[in-house]
Amino acid sequence: MKKLLSLGLFMLTALVFTAFRPLIGTGYGIGDTAADFKLTNVDGTQHSLAGIQGAKGYIVVFTCNACPYAQAYEDRIIALHKKYAPLGFSVVAINPNDKNMQPGDSFDKMKDRAKAKQYPFLYLYDETQEVAKNYGATRTPHVYVLDATRTVRYIGAIDDNSEDPSGVTEKYVENAVDALLAGKEVATKETKAIGCSIKWRKS
Amino acid sequence: MVCKKSLEPGKNAAKSGLCRIWPNLPAIRAFLVVMLRLLLLLLLVSPFASTAQDIVFVKADEIARWKAPAGDTVRVINFWATWCQPCVAELPAFEKITAEYAGRPVQVILVCTDFKRDVDTRVRPFVKKKKLRSRVVFMDESNPNKWIDSVSPEWSGAIPATLIVCSAKGVERFFEQQLDLETLRKEVEAALR
Repeated sequence: MKKLLSLGLFMLTALVFTAFRPLIGTGYGIGDTAADFKLTNVDGTQHSLAGIQGAKGYIVVFTCNACPYAQAYEDRIIALHKKYAPLGFSVVAINPNDKNMQPGDSFDKMKDRAKAKQYPFLYLYDETQEVAKNYGATRTPHVYVLDATRTVRYIGAIDDNSEDPSGVTEKYVENAVDALLAGKEVATKETKAIGCSIKWRKS
Repeated sequence: MVCKKSLEPGKNAAKSGLCRIWPNLPAIRAFLVVMLRLLLLLLLVSPFASTAQDIVFVKADEIARWKAPAGDTVRVINFWATWCQPCVAELPAFEKITAEYAGRPVQVILVCTDFKRDVDTRVRPFVKKKKLRSRVVFMDESNPNKWIDSVSPEWSGAIPATLIVCSAKGVERFFEQQLDLETLRKEVEAALR
């Protein structure tokens, strides 16, 4: 009887833990395999990571129009793509913000911004916010560098100075991609930066 | 004493050496009286004028001091920016805590994370306009990766974020979300107990 009771208790605990796991360990960590996705680009076409030809990896950037930190990094995100897309690491920008919470980040406003700045990269709309939730993105900009097998190799900031590009001393994303291109271990795997919280839909 | 220089120049000037140095003494005296009155008026009015607080620039090492034991003092440390909508929306709740717990060991610190170039043009006018009473400081660091973990390892860097701390009692509560007055009151009360 006692054995049965403890077994029941164990099973209950296991059940509770399984049920609440997504709430506890949210998002990807270094070494996890990121799931592919299918999202709409500003030109109306559907895109996934697998559709990027000749990819040696991916620079997935959760970003948006309205956040001043995202704006501060806009030119640097464009420069990242121009430098690394020819080497096999394309930037894939994803806007995860809810348009009702942040009207400046609607799909139409995304189109305007991409056109005005002639974004050379995909600017995808994560309307359901599922991709951002899967990745565990919390702020904009929030970068995930993946290798060819979609294994997460770097999570964090683009560099160490959001306000002043000329004051940057460490280019975190570039260093990570350079390491991957050279077949080396990424030295700085995770960094943190102040960013705008992702504007989650009110449930 | 009047220096009637224009009427009888030679005679009056000879009467007093002062007139030679200050030929227009009454005018100077009148000027001084006016200035003194203005000064008095200023002294009388100043306590009622809305004086905006000065924003102190802090470095990352200040975080350790905020978290260090300080008797019963409960520190409510909020990270915000003028452009952050949820931050601005929750500011009145923090102001309310400052007002409600005046005279009790509760200290609200609003840590501004705007760009440094915007402090004079945006942050100071904002603090003045909103008449913020809680202490406002500016985090004068260019690389947040150096200090975010020292606030809390739980913090991803998204704002608003709030740390409620009372080291002497082992209280350390971190929130990466917008807080309402009810939650804040509850947390402060729990930390005070």
